[in-house]
Amino acid sequence: MDENNDRGWNPYLAGALTGIVSTLSLWVSGKYFGASTTFVRTAGMIEKSIDPERVGTMAYFIKEAPKIDWQWMFVLGVFFGSLIASTTSGSFHWKALPDMWQARFGPSRSRRALAAVVGGIIAMFGARLADGCPSGHGLSGTMQMAISGFIALACFFLGGMLVARLLYGGGGKQ
Amino acid sequence: MNMLIYGLVTGILFGFLLQKGRVLRYDRQLGALLLKDMTIIKFMLSAVLVGMTGVYLLNDLGIAKLSVKATILGGVIPGGLIFGIGWGLLGYCPGTSLGAVGEGRWDALWGVVGMLIGAALYAEAYPAMKNSLLAWGDLGKLTLPQLLGVSHWLLIPLFIAGGIGLFSWFEKKGL
Repeated sequence: MDENNDRGWNPYLAGALTGIVSTLSLWVSGKYFGASTTFVRTAGMIEKSIDPERVGTMAYFIKEAPKIDWQWMFVLGVFFGSLIASTTSGSFHWKALPDMWQARFGPSRSRRALAAVVGGIIAMFGARLADGCPSGHGLSGTMQMAISGFIALACFFLGGMLVARLLYGGGGKQ
Repeated sequence: MNMLIYGLVTGILFGFLLQKGRVLRYDRQLGALLLKDMTIIKFMLSAVLVGMTGVYLLNDLGIAKLSVKATILGGVIPGGLIFGIGWGLLGYCPGTSLGAVGEGRWDALWGVVGMLIGAALYAEAYPAMKNSLLAWGDLGKLTLPQLLGVSHWLLIPLFIAGGIGLFSWFEKKGL
């Protein structure tokens, strides 16, 4: 399938509408976009089902209680929103490997799975240390002109550009 | 209960727009990191410029409050760089990973698994870092207008003008 012929919208328009949605969200519920705290809460909920006593004593789970809150539902909503947009436009398709990845690293699904799991572990550890991800710092932080948001966003890109260059050998796939 | 419904609806709208903007893709995210495809930058910066205007308008009208994260250099600099390294490997962000699954890119599920493990590991490491790394370079809840001592309404038009300049450069270069 031609990925550029999928009834997508101009990224400026989709982005500007996202800015309006984030403003309305602040107006209606007083909430800013964010995503990474939800992973902490979910990890806490899973651990709690195994060892509730231990989770009850852990400082980070006391700070970020393992419960379903506004942001948890927000992250779940992102899944459904994308599902609605892709199925109604016919651009939904099961895909095990990104094109660029496959062209560079071959058709092995386990290799991609390993990189994605390791990448996920590193990314979330960093996001929690930085106290936010591209939603919390990159969107919500910078739209408030928070210094933490600008620094975080610059560091996100610096780290990411380094790895992208290592993986795709400077020039990458042409 | 209402808050949960607001969260779900807001997320659905965000996920819908992320999918329409075609930013949920590994190839787009890596394309940005290789400085070859600026789709996600166009999307993010457009959202930020509109949101900046909206947020400060609501703030000045007394309808909503800012919620600025503290600038803790010991957390945000190493944390940001570490996030970036993981992001480059995974090719999805925490928020967009669920959206990527929503359009069928199920390799993002591995990223979700990894991110849950990463969150659990961070919870283990937190007590050790709380009084060391996370106590270093705490500048408090600082914004650019505060730092420069100017009105935010001076800076917002400058950001918009800069953004439009950058956008026209992207279009000229075909990025």
